[in-house]
Amino acid sequence: MAPLGFASSGVELKSVDFDIQDNDSLYRGAKLYVQNCLACHSGKYMRYERIGEDLELTEQEVRDNLMINTDKLLDTMKSFVSTEVTTEFFGVEPPDLTLHARYRGSDWIYSYLEGFYEDESRPMGYNNHVLPGVNMPFVMASLKETMSAEDYDNALVDLTNYMTYMAEPIRPYRERMGKWVLLFLFVILIPVWMLKNVYWKNIH
Amino acid sequence: MSKIVDLSADALGWVDERLPVVKAFKTHMSEYYAPKNFNFWYYFGVLAMVALAIQIMSGIWLMMFYTPSIELAFDSIEYIMRDVPGGWFIRYMHEVGATFFFLVIYLHIFRALLYGSYQRPRELVWIMGMVIYIALMAEGFFGYVLPWGNMSFWAAKVIISLVGAVPYIGESLQIWVQGDFLISDSILHKFFAFHVMLVPLVIIVVVFVHLVALHQVGSNNPDGVDIKAKKDADGIPLDGIPFHPYYTVHDLVPMVIFMMLFFAAIFFFPDGWGFFLETPNFIEANILNTPEHITPAWYYTPFYAMLRGVTIDFFGVSAKFWGLVVMGAGMMILILLPWLDRSPVKSMRYKGMASKTMLLLFTFSALALGVLGVKPADWAPYWVTPLLTIVYFSYFVFMPIYTSLEKTKPVPDRVTMGAGH
Repeated sequence: MAPLGFASSGVELKSVDFDIQDNDSLYRGAKLYVQNCLACHSGKYMRYERIGEDLELTEQEVRDNLMINTDKLLDTMKSFVSTEVTTEFFGVEPPDLTLHARYRGSDWIYSYLEGFYEDESRPMGYNNHVLPGVNMPFVMASLKETMSAEDYDNALVDLTNYMTYMAEPIRPYRERMGKWVLLFLFVILIPVWMLKNVYWKNIH
Repeated sequence: MSKIVDLSADALGWVDERLPVVKAFKTHMSEYYAPKNFNFWYYFGVLAMVALAIQIMSGIWLMMFYTPSIELAFDSIEYIMRDVPGGWFIRYMHEVGATFFFLVIYLHIFRALLYGSYQRPRELVWIMGMVIYIALMAEGFFGYVLPWGNMSFWAAKVIISLVGAVPYIGESLQIWVQGDFLISDSILHKFFAFHVMLVPLVIIVVVFVHLVALHQVGSNNPDGVDIKAKKDADGIPLDGIPFHPYYTVHDLVPMVIFMMLFFAAIFFFPDGWGFFLETPNFIEANILNTPEHITPAWYYTPFYAMLRGVTIDFFGVSAKFWGLVVMGAGMMILILLPWLDRSPVKSMRYKGMASKTMLLLFTFSALALGVLGVKPADWAPYWVTPLLTIVYFSYFVFMPIYTSLEKTKPVPDRVTMGAGH
């Protein structure tokens, strides 16, 4: 059984550069997730409606491009192959990935996605640099063949971006909001500082 | 307009006849004379009050949505993070708030060590403060278990196993504490009760007593000068100023700066690079999946390092139990400070080289042990942790000797104002 859930040590991770505020990238990433991952990996805390709101998508876009196995907007992202089947097939239960980018880190996700290589000794024909001996097949193999190296890399960045968003959907908002909060406090600090000085003028 | 003024004066009079609100305000605010030479280190008392208020308020809101059962606890946290409007903000306030609370408390304690605030006549203020600190450590631990992430689970398992290290009765004691043969729903419910009811009650009561005792004897100051020794004709200390309005407006500045740092953390690094929210806690508790390094939250790591540093069995009792004893002593020994310090002076400004060196070594050892507690056990050579533990305890054990032997500087009659005033 592959040591899923253990942090793999000693592997050099590639750092990934993504923009969590880029809704287009997140949308592309969401589509990639649905097309390549959702069969086995649920996102059990992520609601379709929330993705639509956060990424400013129309209901039709969400329904047509993201909701493959449900017609309820409030549903969470359930995998569409049953875990009994996947567990029997791969020997392990494919983990839910909602929080995976916070559990492993975005760099790990990107490096893992990028880390597949051909290895005939493995049952699925592929192995992974980041998680050696992993039972997951290289599901994006056909994508890698048909796309240019640059486009493929961009796709992995988009997917990592989406998984980072899925792990903490409030993140784009909190980062935008945070600047205003700090600005507000900085503005408050000025009169507060002056008030203190007025009172303390005569204390020596 | 004057009618409203008269009316409110009447209302205040009515209340005051029945409840001494005016007297209380005078005693603790407008006629509480605090030394005028408070510096940077004196901000952390009021900031600890701010942190306590934040934890209580955010805690109440979290409790409205959190479910203390092993089936639902983890899900209910994600429910708060995603589906409860503003829930993420409340949760981050509580989680980042714990870190800021401990940060403020550690600086507050350091101030006491620096200026001898524990010395006569403030022994009870100090003891109450240490009771709050130890209660806070318990509070933090119980709270850490509630989200039922994998680190919550293993932290609970490791700490509760310490109970099992007590000689002879350990095993049955552990089962009694757990309420089960393993870490289960029983312990989660128990910890929930402790975290939201028992410990907060203790903390609030003791904080109140801490303040009453402080206002009875008056605040110390960076010079360690007794301001009550020199009074004017009206009996007001010459170096004292009314807490309100002087320190109330004064303290608004550090409060706003505290808020800036606090909200910067909430909005930009709520997981504190794995120090506030540890990554293994993003998967649910799993008895089959031990995290690679089980580390407690950063504020416990000096004591955790001490616990782990004891690796030899003595007198037929397990090293684990001795580790527990050392860790407990490391926390409790602070309580003895008022009686260990034999110095005629309070403040580090007038103490000798020995006291200064020992405080420096103590601070270094506590920080270094803190680093070791985060790292895997084999990160440093085996002798480093015991050595640092010895340095840590030396500060206390030898204090009666070095504080009575060293040459101190003369203390001025009146307080001195530092630069910036």
